Amino acid sequence: MTRWHSFRQSAVVSGLYRIVEGPIDEIALEDTVRTDADGAVIVFRGVARKFSRGREVVHLEYEAYPEMAEKVMAEIGDEIKERWPVSGIAIVHRTGVLEIGQASVVIAISAPHRGEAFAASQYAIDRLKQVVPIWKKEVWDDGSQWIGWEHQAVH
Amino acid sequence: MPEIAPSHTAARQGIDVRVRLFASYREAAGTARLDMTVPSGARVGDLLELLAQRIPALLAARGMIAVNQTYVGSDVELHEGDEVAFIPPVSGG
Repeated sequence: MTRWHSFRQSAVVSGLYRIVEGPIDEIALEDTVRTDADGAVIVFRGVARKFSRGREVVHLEYEAYPEMAEKVMAEIGDEIKERWPVSGIAIVHRTGVLEIGQASVVIAISAPHRGEAFAASQYAIDRLKQVVPIWKKEVWDDGSQWIGWEHQAVH
Repeated sequence: MPEIAPSHTAARQGIDVRVRLFASYREAAGTARLDMTVPSGARVGDLLELLAQRIPALLAARGMIAVNQTYVGSDVELHEGDEVAFIPPVSGG
């Protein structure tokens, strides 16, 4: 399993932002973000869903612009630190072929209290979907399509 | 692929940038990377216009553009060695 190397960005908040090609080690992520001052660790796992837009998905393929994706995820981490008193943030997204049920993204956030951890987790996944350069392709029995065009109005 | 020109020639004739294409843009182009030479003073929008002649998909579905891994507007001027990424609407998560 992947070994995570967290780096302390300040005395209070640690951050870890990665694009990986294999399975995401959630337990290692939890351990990375939790400190003894924390009363809450929220782990959000985004998983490959079988039904999408009325069609049955065989599998998903994710592609990233890895260098920029990690940079933009770190910027999301900075935005979170400005808004909530969290202790640790880890955002890891997987690329390549994913079978139904496998985790495409895991976000782990720790904080002294649960309210901040919940709010920061929601913000992290919402922002990731808006700005991080990662793309999902749905593969069906009879074809495939890159997803994202339905959000054109956002841009 | 453009030939690598001596630097004094490059300064006079144009600047070389590295283009990266992803997802639907990559598939439409048939490649993930291109080396392009644009006139000195060219802006991001000029490169988009130039590339769209080869890859109409860049205009058919407008995404975002990043220079050196930062999102930019089309009026930003390009510099020698810039990495310009054409980013279709994102769908991570």
